[in-house]
Amino acid sequence: MLGIARTLVARDLLLAMRRKSDVATALLFFVIVASLFPLGIGAEPNQLRAIAPGVIWVAALLSSMLSLSRLFAGDHADGTLEQMLLGAAPLGVVVAAKAFAHWLVSGLPLVLIAPVIALQYDVAGPLYGVLALSLLLGTPILSIIGAIGAALTLGLRGGGVLLSLLVLPLYVPVLIMGAGAVEMAGAGLAPDGQLLLLGALLVVAAAFAPWATAAALRISME
Amino acid sequence: MNDLLYLHGYGFYVWGSYVVTFTLLAIELIVLRKRTQRK
Amino acid sequence: MTTQTQNIRWFWFSSPATFYPLAGTIAWVAGVLAAALTLAGLYVGFVVAPTDATQGEAYRIIYIHVAAAWMSMFLYVVMAFWAAVGLAMNVRLAFVLARAIAPTGALFTFIALWTGSLWGKPTWGTWWVWDARLTSELILLFLYFGYLALQASIDERRRSDRASALLALVGVVNVPIIYYSVQWWNTLHQGASVSLTRSPSMAKTMLLGMLLMALAFWAYSIAVVMIRARCEIRENE
Repeated sequence: MLGIARTLVARDLLLAMRRKSDVATALLFFVIVASLFPLGIGAEPNQLRAIAPGVIWVAALLSSMLSLSRLFAGDHADGTLEQMLLGAAPLGVVVAAKAFAHWLVSGLPLVLIAPVIALQYDVAGPLYGVLALSLLLGTPILSIIGAIGAALTLGLRGGGVLLSLLVLPLYVPVLIMGAGAVEMAGAGLAPDGQLLLLGALLVVAAAFAPWATAAALRISME
Repeated sequence: MNDLLYLHGYGFYVWGSYVVTFTLLAIELIVLRKRTQRK
Repeated sequence: MTTQTQNIRWFWFSSPATFYPLAGTIAWVAGVLAAALTLAGLYVGFVVAPTDATQGEAYRIIYIHVAAAWMSMFLYVVMAFWAAVGLAMNVRLAFVLARAIAPTGALFTFIALWTGSLWGKPTWGTWWVWDARLTSELILLFLYFGYLALQASIDERRRSDRASALLALVGVVNVPIIYYSVQWWNTLHQGASVSLTRSPSMAKTMLLGMLLMALAFWAYSIAVVMIRARCEIRENE
């Protein structure tokens, strides 16, 4: 089963590399959105430092969500998805592999770029670690849960906006825990509770969401 | 009677809540009624 | 032999043809109950219950605010229940019931938000309070909207039924998680003092008024859902 997963991840990564613009777009969106807030709110350093965790997290949320429709669309268009449904590999494993590849391409770059954004917001030194860790734990959850929405809205008109409506309420706990962890650290308290909760959410999501996504795919493809 | 409407200054909020609530419920019933009569 | 007859009797009601007249009867009874309970609730709430010491007459909004909030959450769970039955046992009627519940649930969520806002203004001075319950209600409204939007955007009946059913299930599992995280968020940012939740020491008559209105809304919901389910059946058979 691990072999199947590895092959699928490699395939998705290869496909993503062929269309580097998709990767770059998500990353650029993240950076641009984060840059918009000071323009809208004002560049007062104390204010920016206070809103930085929230802004970075919301930008990560939106950026991750934008790239979700790509998750199944390509395979759906050329018939590969149907093959996967009929194939021998458990659909849950297939979905988990695709979500993981999606995260590598859309989520991990955000984790790496976030410190640069934090620099723009003059975030205090010790918080960088917590910020990166919270995003590292949180962005995979976004990909895994988002996959359910992507599967449900497969091939529908108005797909992108509908997908956002479906998926954003489910993202709220991740946002609260992720941004909250950084804010706790900023207030001098230990962020352990929030980070552990994020970890727990990740484990639970990874265990259950792929099966929900598989069920959604079967419903969408009947 | 005026006392009931004014409710020590809270009349707007209390009656605003009740009127909107029961109006919305009434609208729901009316829409549903139209639907049953349509077919 | 007994199990066979039991099974037949259970599934007998799941046929739209037999459900249709049953729903009509239930709707009538529930409707009358709703009217009676509303009158009783409003009488107790306004005539019998005393004025609140701290909030004055403004607190009388809670009779419909709390009742609507309870209904909004209760209806979502019931909707998810029928969604689960539909997916597990492939019974069309279950999907019909889930569809019929959603608009009423969304309506009560909106009412909870509206009345909450009108309660917050004289009590806390602002039209919106980011307290845990109101914020959770807002997210619940988004969950309802998502369900309705997904349903509306799929033309094919079977896929629409099953996709929205799955969404309802995913939603209901997330509701406790969302509620918990919003509660935590609320205490982190504002402290427990800013909250629209009534203190536990409420006059018995106030509680009675709230309970009566909650039951009234429940009876109303049953009536409306039955009527809507009948419409769905008629439009699709």
